[in-house]
Amino acid sequence: MTSHAASLTHSKGEITTSMPTLLALDASSNACSVALMHRPAGAEADEVSARLSLTPREHTHRLMPMIDDLLAEASLTVEDLDAIAYGHGPGSFTGLRIAAGIAQGLAYGAEKPLIGVSTLAAMAYAAHRQYHLRYVIPALDARMGEIYVGAYYCHQGQLTPLMDEAVMSPEALSLPAGQEDVDWVGVGSGWKLWSSMPAQLQAEIGQHIEDLAPVAEDMAYLASREYLAGQGQSPHLVQPVYLRDKVAWRR
Amino acid sequence: MRVLGIETSCDETGVALYDTRHGLLADALYSQVAMHADFGGVVPELASRDHTRKLLPLIDDVLGEAHCGRADLDAIAYTAGPGLVGALMVGASTAHGMARSLDIPVLGVHHMEGHLLAPMLEDDPVAFPFVALLVSGGHTQLVAVEGLGAYRLLGESVDDAAGEAFDKAAKMLELGYPGGPAIARLAEHGDPTRFRFPRPMTDRPGLDFSFSGLKTHTLTTIKALRDEGALDEQAHADIARAFEEAVVDTLVIKCRRALDDTGLKRLVVAGGVSANVRLRERLDHALTKRRAKAFYPRNRFCTDNGAMIAYAGAQRLMAGEHDDSAILAVPRWPLTDLRPPAV
Repeated sequence: MTSHAASLTHSKGEITTSMPTLLALDASSNACSVALMHRPAGAEADEVSARLSLTPREHTHRLMPMIDDLLAEASLTVEDLDAIAYGHGPGSFTGLRIAAGIAQGLAYGAEKPLIGVSTLAAMAYAAHRQYHLRYVIPALDARMGEIYVGAYYCHQGQLTPLMDEAVMSPEALSLPAGQEDVDWVGVGSGWKLWSSMPAQLQAEIGQHIEDLAPVAEDMAYLASREYLAGQGQSPHLVQPVYLRDKVAWRR
Repeated sequence: MRVLGIETSCDETGVALYDTRHGLLADALYSQVAMHADFGGVVPELASRDHTRKLLPLIDDVLGEAHCGRADLDAIAYTAGPGLVGALMVGASTAHGMARSLDIPVLGVHHMEGHLLAPMLEDDPVAFPFVALLVSGGHTQLVAVEGLGAYRLLGESVDDAAGEAFDKAAKMLELGYPGGPAIARLAEHGDPTRFRFPRPMTDRPGLDFSFSGLKTHTLTTIKALRDEGALDEQAHADIARAFEEAVVDTLVIKCRRALDDTGLKRLVVAGGVSANVRLRERLDHALTKRRAKAFYPRNRFCTDNGAMIAYAGAQRLMAGEHDDSAILAVPRWPLTDLRPPAV
């Protein structure tokens, strides 16, 4: 388990905006994570403190204690939050529902707005935040020989989607139309299927970083913008986004 | 104590509010049966997705019906198992999230303990000790119940559950899913004397059940009639009747035996199959003769529901039990692993 706090100063020009007090959680992958965005008493800037636990199949045992820890450390309760957010997918179906259940329960109980954050957008944001990348194609291994994939333009902490997120075979992946000339970088476990991707795409992609996973910390940043834009919703409306919807076959 | 009960172990989303002083305040159920019928049985992934869609609106309905606010809740109980693990996790994680924001205790409840105690929600509640017949699509068990959490297994099915046998026989007769009500309806028009199906394991001592032989017998009968060109509408009804008679008779024989063995005079019948009218008639008749009495949940609470979870949870929560921060979803969990609440 790791713990760290990061100041928001990396996103230049934004520090004057008052950020919401917000809790984000994610269970979409083998890891689960929680992040709390808040302004500590007496501090000049907002902080995001985060917890991560790389314990596959134990998300149900790890998430609540991490939430408790972060809130206790900041001397906050759920009542003090402005909003709750969770990684709505794509990702592990069961993981998405665990995060959805906890987040919906927290938000419903405290009558707070809920915000769903794309796991792919969170990965693009991470790539932008950590490596200052601008054109990012986040992809997750969707198993069954497919990937979940999206494409984002990241500029000064803002994300613009350049294609609809989708589940597809890696053979079918292509760059967003009219955007082939920029310096694209692929991130995430989906790029482990590199050898199945079209040769033309391989030639167009500058580099790919496989070991980048969605975490709650990036979701907290993205959700705070959504919240400030008035995008918080009634908890039951914020459902997981599975992308793969063909999951049963008629006899 | 006001307890919200949440049930999501299989294909019904159930929510209820139980007050330990005023009884059941409200309950709501959303059944996914129609959705799964197209696939001939429960599809776990679809079930889980639907629970996530339906749970919060149902909680809202129940609180509204009871004119209660979220802050009026004193505790939350949810089904922690046994059941479909993905489906269980929906109710379990929602319960934990909600309990944390309301700062109230939360408790994972055993689904079958819920069924077992469901008749206690009725006006004429059963008192401990009693024998319980738990009979559903997943279980056929006879249990001696000394008190809350004091359960001794007397016998159980060595193969199919009774409800499962109903489903499979219904499939053979090309009836819909779930099979129990379909067979019972068709059996109404059947001649009880035309066929006599075996009463498995009743000719020897013991309280175990076996229903897979009955299934084979049903299939053989259908084949023989089809070969003779005699598998008409009446034959379907007669087979349904013979099948139902055999299951009901077997259950009644074993219940009588269980009461004799334990010397107890009260029998609780719970689980989906306990809604079967012929079973109730036969049991009532058999028990009256030996000055014993059968207790059933109301029809709505025979199948999965939130009320039984709220009730069972309330009994343990009142004794001070509650979860720590681990969200519990236990797909396989023998009822006899339960213990009375530590006081």
